[in-house]
Amino acid sequence: MARLAREHGAGLLLGLAFALWPALAAALGLEWSLELAARILIYALAAGALNLVLGYGGLVSFGHAAFFGAGAYVVAILAYHDMVLGPVAIAGLEIPGTSDAWIAFPLAVLVAGLLALVIGALSLRTNGLYFIMITLAFAQMIYYLFVSLPDYGGEDGLSLFARSSLRPLELDDNLAFYYLCLGLLALLLAAKALVVRARFGWALMGIRDNERRMTALGLPTFRYKLAAFVLSGAVTGLAGALIANLTEFVSPAFLSWPVSGELLVMVILGGIGRLYGPLYGATALLLLEFALKEWSEHWQLALGPILILVVLFARGGLAGLRRPRGAGHG
Amino acid sequence: MVSPLLLLEQTLNGLQFGVMLFLIAAGLTLVLGIMNLVNLAHGSLYMVGAFVCAWAARESGSFLIGLIAALPATAAVAVVVELLVVRRLYARDHLDQVLATFGLILFFNEATKMIWGARPLRLDLPAFLNGTVEILPGAPYPAFRLTVIGVGLAVALGLYLLVARTRLGMLIRAGASNREMVSALGVDIDRLYTLVFALGAALTALAGALAGPIYAVEIGMGETVLIPVFVVIVIGGIGSIRGAFVAALLVGLTFVLGRAFLPGLFELFLGPSAASTLGSALSAMAIYILMAAVLIWRPRGLFPPHG
Repeated sequence: MARLAREHGAGLLLGLAFALWPALAAALGLEWSLELAARILIYALAAGALNLVLGYGGLVSFGHAAFFGAGAYVVAILAYHDMVLGPVAIAGLEIPGTSDAWIAFPLAVLVAGLLALVIGALSLRTNGLYFIMITLAFAQMIYYLFVSLPDYGGEDGLSLFARSSLRPLELDDNLAFYYLCLGLLALLLAAKALVVRARFGWALMGIRDNERRMTALGLPTFRYKLAAFVLSGAVTGLAGALIANLTEFVSPAFLSWPVSGELLVMVILGGIGRLYGPLYGATALLLLEFALKEWSEHWQLALGPILILVVLFARGGLAGLRRPRGAGHG
Repeated sequence: MVSPLLLLEQTLNGLQFGVMLFLIAAGLTLVLGIMNLVNLAHGSLYMVGAFVCAWAARESGSFLIGLIAALPATAAVAVVVELLVVRRLYARDHLDQVLATFGLILFFNEATKMIWGARPLRLDLPAFLNGTVEILPGAPYPAFRLTVIGVGLAVALGLYLLVARTRLGMLIRAGASNREMVSALGVDIDRLYTLVFALGAALTALAGALAGPIYAVEIGMGETVLIPVFVVIVIGGIGSIRGAFVAALLVGLTFVLGRAFLPGLFELFLGPSAASTLGSALSAMAIYILMAAVLIWRPRGLFPPHG
């Protein structure tokens, strides 16, 4: 019990706060804050996926915007074909669009996962700085691909006419959508906790700390890293599907490299390789951005130095403030 | 059919873009190779150079004065940034460096907006550079772009001589291959790092000032160019000036020639609308495809300096 409280106490408390927030917000007349809270949960989901490769695998991907944006575009393009363009004919088959989340969300996960499989298979041949840059290059390819697709809005992006329908849940209801985000985040955090405790997680951390030793032990390290990368990309795609539904709009901005940077910032700010780190990081960064925006239009003048100070003086991120890092990230 | 004159003009445009990329990449690849520092804010120094040049040129009425003001001003900004922030990052891992220099970008963009406003600045050319030169009979080409190519090639040569023939260059090369040994031999490594950082900033400011009359002087111009510059560095091999030079010309030519000719090339096989969509998509992706291909073929770039 004590161990459970120590390891999960703060994270579960924050989760509980998110679960109770809609009731509290309604009582205080802060219903507008649900959108911000949902955005935090979605980014926490994506940052959590990034944390699997970054924190446990030691792989600095600077291209996760590709998977985030791909998930968002799958939902938007399917809805666009459903509402506006009509079915596509591919190889004599008429494929209709859809606004059904039961089809669109799994497809978003599948497409993002396949993309991660291709990008990962090619990128994982490099390491260190070259890995950072090649993942960035692939994300930029996807970005420019969508910028130059006029059928799907090009630079202007696509508007969704409504949120996807997830019968029996009505996602146009903000409360239902909020709890869907929270539920998915809880589910995937639990899954991640299991995965990193299993053989797979230990192997991944072993590769992070000393890949040559793991190879010598007979571990197929490339396959482990690739599997983690694909899992990570697929879950990031799910977060993308959710963000498209939250904003009811997608544009190449979701695929742009500052999004990859923001996700990295969230992971580092919250605590690399910590289960709840991304949730802390997403909450802190988005709340900070929100508060600074209220304070001044020149909010980035303050956010920049804050990030620098965090790097210089708060190593281990927010999760590291409570206790020193355990088995350190190498 | 593609006319030879158009091909010549676009090739020169590609060279001009390439040498600009080289001016920016040279400093960044040295900082990466020697100090092992990923500096995302290098693009901000390029922006500072362009803004100082545009502002000083407007106030004084002379582009040359703007150019002369931009170099030391940007180098001074770089020294302050190095002493306050960057110096503390050399010993950190790449992730911390990415995050902190990302913070620097936010700061520089906002500070520039507060000083010079959100609207792009105009940078007018002096009359003697504003005309065209007939490179071949009946083929006029902007004199300024030719000047950029000339300046870029001259700087590349100067930098080569500096690195290969001088004491400072020897220390730079030694620092890149074994920094502990260099400092053990009694070289003030902190001062060397500050100097290299400022030198890189001055080169990127030169690129920013030269870019002003061709592209827009605006907030965020540093990030637009930063990513192609990283592509150059990675293709060339991190820390290699020679690699950066070859890769910069390769990337510049790929970018410009791809954009100019790929849509037309696809029209030979496809309908006009499909060709223009596919052509423009592929030409925008071309330099990233080039980089991925090079890395898959040679995971440490074309000229890895450490063998």
